[in-house]
Amino acid sequence: MDFLTKFPAMERADLRDLKKGIDSSFKEFSRSWGESIEVFFDPLFYFLVRFEKLLLATPWPIIILIVAALSYLGSRSWKLSLGAAVSFLLIGYLGMWNNTMSTVALISVATIICIALGIPIGIAMSKSDRLQAMITPVLDIMQTIPIFVYLLPVVMLLGIGKVPGLIAVCVYAMPPIVRLTNLGLRLVDKEILEAADAFGSNYRQRLFSVQLPLALPNIFAGVNQTIMMALAMVVIASMIGVKGLGVPVLQSIQNQYLALGLMNGLAIVALAIIFDRVSQQYGKRLQRHREGGNDV
Amino acid sequence: MENAYSVTGKVETMSDYKIEIKNLYKIFGPNDKSMVDRVANGMGKQELLDHHKHVLGLRDVNIGISANSINVIMGLSGSGKSTLIRHINRLIEPTVGEIIVDGDDVLAMNPERIRDFRRFGASMVFQKFGLMPHRTVLENCMYGLNIQGVETGEAEKRANHWLDRVGLSGFENRYPAQLSGGMQQRVGLARALATDADILLMDEAFSALDPLIRADMQGILLDLQNELHKTIVFITHDLDEALRIGDDIAILRDGELIQKGNPQSIVLKPANDYVADFTKDVNRARVLTLNTLSHESGTEEGLPLNSDLSIEEAMQEMIVSDHNLVTVMKEGKSIGQVSLNDMVAAIAKPKTSQTGASNAYR
Repeated sequence: MDFLTKFPAMERADLRDLKKGIDSSFKEFSRSWGESIEVFFDPLFYFLVRFEKLLLATPWPIIILIVAALSYLGSRSWKLSLGAAVSFLLIGYLGMWNNTMSTVALISVATIICIALGIPIGIAMSKSDRLQAMITPVLDIMQTIPIFVYLLPVVMLLGIGKVPGLIAVCVYAMPPIVRLTNLGLRLVDKEILEAADAFGSNYRQRLFSVQLPLALPNIFAGVNQTIMMALAMVVIASMIGVKGLGVPVLQSIQNQYLALGLMNGLAIVALAIIFDRVSQQYGKRLQRHREGGNDV
Repeated sequence: MENAYSVTGKVETMSDYKIEIKNLYKIFGPNDKSMVDRVANGMGKQELLDHHKHVLGLRDVNIGISANSINVIMGLSGSGKSTLIRHINRLIEPTVGEIIVDGDDVLAMNPERIRDFRRFGASMVFQKFGLMPHRTVLENCMYGLNIQGVETGEAEKRANHWLDRVGLSGFENRYPAQLSGGMQQRVGLARALATDADILLMDEAFSALDPLIRADMQGILLDLQNELHKTIVFITHDLDEALRIGDDIAILRDGELIQKGNPQSIVLKPANDYVADFTKDVNRARVLTLNTLSHESGTEEGLPLNSDLSIEEAMQEMIVSDHNLVTVMKEGKSIGQVSLNDMVAAIAKPKTSQTGASNAYR
């Protein structure tokens, strides 16, 4: 009866050896490859540092003007543009300017990386059912695995700092853009694709002149989701040494500084709302042709 | 043969037909090739589906399509007509068969040649228009030209010309969603004409339009054809449409060709009950011409009328001028006569004995 009441688990010693084996081989791997992997990510590091320095060196009125202008270009709404400018003024007045610039730099770079990698992956997935079946579980893992579990090997490999933080953010934030690019391309009306084929388009022509433009609403929803998820990672990224609004939030948790945590938390919320509204409005504006009516 | 589908596209034809479809079979399913013998030996559509889980699309279709005329392929839904037209530009791969266009087997072409054929040789108009919602009317019309690699300024000029021809001047910068169905299909027609292809494939092009707009579009197509003389393959399920625009009509049923001929022969000599059932409600006065009724008789002089006139038109003339006999004229010479009685007899619905049997096809 022993067999039924006691799970036939692996011997404790074997299990310990297995874990030790994995640990030591990964340590071995990081010792021999860590440096070259770090060198590989160097361009990313310099890009992020330069961008952050540029934002910090630019006089604040210019930054606020740029924010207002970009918001207006994206959304064509004075209200939103004004709201963005006021939020940034308030953030600066409450002494969070430098941290906000660091966070904006991190989020921008992470979003660019996610788009640059995610859209081509999504396109490849939409083309092949087999690839889709292979990549979908990977995306599931990226989104659901506890963040600390993959934070650990990243830190073991690359140490603490900006690049591991950036990688952690990208791992978490990339799935939506990949998924929605794939979905958007697959949802394009078959009749329109047939028309494109009937006129002799090749794959490239069909992709760029028909599929991508028609998938744009979904791709844009993906970009929007990616930005939101990147912002959600700001506090966790600060645990592995990324500067920005997450650092004071972390401090406030450790020391029970209610006001500090609240202010910085709200600054993250403000950034999220501005990014979200502007990108959504922009996405909507690209879809003007879907409306009937005659207001061209 | 690389230049066979040049923009002017005038190539010596090797047979009397522009497009020849030979022994074409299409069976949908994983083992389509192995089912061909069964179908060729007479297995029916239902049996194939029940016992082998394959769907019969087309069975041994042989059609010759004459150049410079409107060839209508008619059938009810499920008859395989849309499948057939998609074989001509190979949007659907056949199971076995040959499709010869200008002496070249379309089915033997590699993907690059197929694309060239679609770009320069045959353009298509779709039932649900197939317009690109993110492109303006002008950009839609330019699509085929963009794919051909025509330089933008030139493409715009040509697209504008064709938009003008279908009566859409002034709508160039609208989006398709802002146009009515009839206008959208004019864009579809202009887009297909803009590529300057010899062959125009029209898949139920007017079926989604309401009757008045449909008649209007048929008129536009006939006017354009009088001048352009394209080889048009026109799919429809509407016999009146087929009789109005078709120079030649092929009737499909369950993937099989049942009858092929000019409109009058379809109406006068239906190949079987199925076709007879189709044609029994047709306005025969509008389809039949004096030419078909003309016969030698007597020396009496009638009202001289052209042999191309329909009976309806001839009757109107006769009533106005108070005649009851027509002398049929062809190229200035008399070829026979038709009396009012002949006309009435031809128009009156033939009294068939198979009224009961014909209901089986409903």
